[in-house]
Amino acid sequence: MQTELIQEARRQAEICNACRYCEGYCSVFPSLHTERAFSDGDITQLANLCHNCRGCYYACQYTAPHEFDLNLPKALAEVRRDNWESFAWPQPLARRFHTHGGAIALALVIGFALLLGAIRAIGSSGGEGFYAVLSHNAMVVIFAPAFLLPLFSIAISLRHYWAKVDGEPIQMSDLMAAFKHAGKMQDLAAGHGEGCNFEDEDRFSQGRRHIHHAIMYGFLLCFASTSVATVMHYVFGMHAPYGFLSLPKVFGISGGILLTVGCGAMALLKLKSDRELGDPSAWGADIGFILLLGFVGLSGLVLYALSSTALMPALLAIHLGSVLTFFLLMPYTKMAHGFYRLAALVRDAQRKRDVFLVR
Amino acid sequence: MATQMEAYDIAVIGGGNAALCAAMTAAEAGARVLILETAPKPFRGGNSRHTRNFRCMHTGPLGPLIEEYSEDEYLSDLLKVTGGKTDEHLARLVIRTSEECLPWMEEHGVRFQPSLSGTLSLARTNAFFMGGGKSLVNAYYRTAAGLGIDVRYEAAVTHLELNGDQIEWVDFTYEGQEHRITPKAVIVASGGFQADTDWLTRAWGEPAKNFLIRGTPYNRGVVLANLLDQGIERVGDPTQCHAVAIDGRAPKFDGGIVTRLDCVPFSIVVNKNAERFYDEGEDIWPKRYAIWGRLVAAQPDQVGYVIIDAKSLNLFMPSMFPPLKADTLEELAWVMDLPADKLTTTVAEFNATCGDTSGFHPTELDGLTTTGLTPPKTNWARPITEPPFFGYSLRTGVTFTYLGLKVDDTAQCSSRDGKIKNLWAAGETMAGSILGQGYLAGFGMTIGTVFGRIAGREAAAYAN
Repeated sequence: MQTELIQEARRQAEICNACRYCEGYCSVFPSLHTERAFSDGDITQLANLCHNCRGCYYACQYTAPHEFDLNLPKALAEVRRDNWESFAWPQPLARRFHTHGGAIALALVIGFALLLGAIRAIGSSGGEGFYAVLSHNAMVVIFAPAFLLPLFSIAISLRHYWAKVDGEPIQMSDLMAAFKHAGKMQDLAAGHGEGCNFEDEDRFSQGRRHIHHAIMYGFLLCFASTSVATVMHYVFGMHAPYGFLSLPKVFGISGGILLTVGCGAMALLKLKSDRELGDPSAWGADIGFILLLGFVGLSGLVLYALSSTALMPALLAIHLGSVLTFFLLMPYTKMAHGFYRLAALVRDAQRKRDVFLVR
Repeated sequence: MATQMEAYDIAVIGGGNAALCAAMTAAEAGARVLILETAPKPFRGGNSRHTRNFRCMHTGPLGPLIEEYSEDEYLSDLLKVTGGKTDEHLARLVIRTSEECLPWMEEHGVRFQPSLSGTLSLARTNAFFMGGGKSLVNAYYRTAAGLGIDVRYEAAVTHLELNGDQIEWVDFTYEGQEHRITPKAVIVASGGFQADTDWLTRAWGEPAKNFLIRGTPYNRGVVLANLLDQGIERVGDPTQCHAVAIDGRAPKFDGGIVTRLDCVPFSIVVNKNAERFYDEGEDIWPKRYAIWGRLVAAQPDQVGYVIIDAKSLNLFMPSMFPPLKADTLEELAWVMDLPADKLTTTVAEFNATCGDTSGFHPTELDGLTTTGLTPPKTNWARPITEPPFFGYSLRTGVTFTYLGLKVDDTAQCSSRDGKIKNLWAAGETMAGSILGQGYLAGFGMTIGTVFGRIAGREAAAYAN
């Protein structure tokens, strides 16, 4: 890890710890205020608790041009990105996609090509709907590893994280606390529930929280659609294509709309926000990731709308290519943040439990 | 050459809490208001930027405040710190009005949070701003903009022309040009003069050159001096100010809260000759921190040195600066540039007079006192024996000065000949009308809010 990033975050955290005015904003400050000195692990934990809402920046009496030059959202964002790169596995892949939007675009093109190639080479031995283009078994052969390998990679990354922050064995109550926090995006709400300072300096707005909700629940609905379809296929022998009112379609279409609209809105929001309050080197790649995720949603919707036309095989390759790229890049792009945030919230729940016991 | 600006009913001079409360109140009453803030936008808000809470009377639970805090208890807390040097009529007005201010503040965008960790003793009496004073200032500027109030930053008022019983015009510089405006009414809310070291030195003498200023470098008292020179009634002693002992490594200006040190009760404090000079354990720290600025100011070179040992390190809130550290007292003396022989003798004498320490209690008066030592340490007296040893230097940190404009209960200013019919004052610039000496945490924001609103209301009634 880059020691100068950790050291700068530590310098700032020590000033925050002597001030404490921001205690009510989010999970970072109560956690910060229980320490007197900050190990690299403490800084790592604080960085992953931070949701970059920027409330503390605009409230801070010590931001530039003040000589103390505090910018905690930026310092923690830089540590966070450095964490994710350092913890990722395998390493050579890890250090491209957080800072290079072009690498994401290139990966997407390769994804399209792979799928087109698969369709050409394997094709279908007959079947309905999309399976007429690429057989069900071929899809499983491609996507099962493309889904499981990134999960395996992320599991390794999280083990690195857990060791760094001195994580303890996880209790059910820790998980419950973390999921409750994440489900409501409490750390994007500020302590008074009025949202982030993201698009217009110190004005509080729920925009980012609501848009993030749309993306997260949109993604989960799309994921649920695929999961339900898998169960229907293997357990109940009900094969695609499914009707408009079937569960896979209801989940998929509503999720696709939320994902597409959410990602579009998030990209616009990021254009309005001040890049210097985040990690400027990750800005382009973050936008690239948002557009990729939005493209997954949009291409899925277009594919559904035009599935009975001659464009379908090409659209299927485009959609599945984007899905393939998205999954394979999951451990190395902004997508990793969801896993780290959850891990940080679980660790935070443990620390609160420990502090409570000591008292 | 002076240029004319568009017509305003009211000019508010200053851009902190009191100024904003006055401006918003006046604008809501229908007045056209201009705020002239001398600081650039990033440093707007004067000392309000550095504040964190609002001391508030309440007859039952109110917002973040628990239980109750009665008018009489509030007043008695105030009289204790001012030693009775308080205008009781104005003080009661501030206290009584504070209760209705809290909901008003919320309506104007301020958000509160529970008492901060390390400040639980204030949970009943002081309402803490979420994010601190700068977030309050930000919220008020947003609300003010919504009310159509114009703000000029880096607008330095140079002169108010007093003619008989009224202010005729206001001169200020802005964007390199001189401007003259003729508002119907003027509200002065531009703080004390503590950032003008020359003025402070005239009042205090040479020691003032070694003082640090905890807040804004923009409160230089230009308007205050201008009005006093023209015979506006004054109040307060120029040597009186809110001054605390802060970390000696703090910057000259604007260090704010993170430079404060809370370790005195668990320490011995010596001067540059390594001699103790005051009872470090006289009372709990929130009741004593505001006297240590003057105590340190009275020592040679206006500097003090706090000495603690390992067992006390985690008993107080951290400062932004780590303590100096050494394995022996001799080494610590060397690091801190103190005479080593004298320091070891002073510590040995102190240690020898400490008694049984089993009843030590860091957050209550525990009665652990020295016996036969001068000056004594009357609480938390534990021998300094456990290495490593730690030290901080202390300097006098001035928050604000009390010499100011005398106002009546409508915030109106006067001269020897009677009231000035279009001049009001609010905030630190008139706080000397209420605080003769001493300070009560969170009371400055209460004075600013109460008198800001009164000044805004009265000025608008006059201008309309």
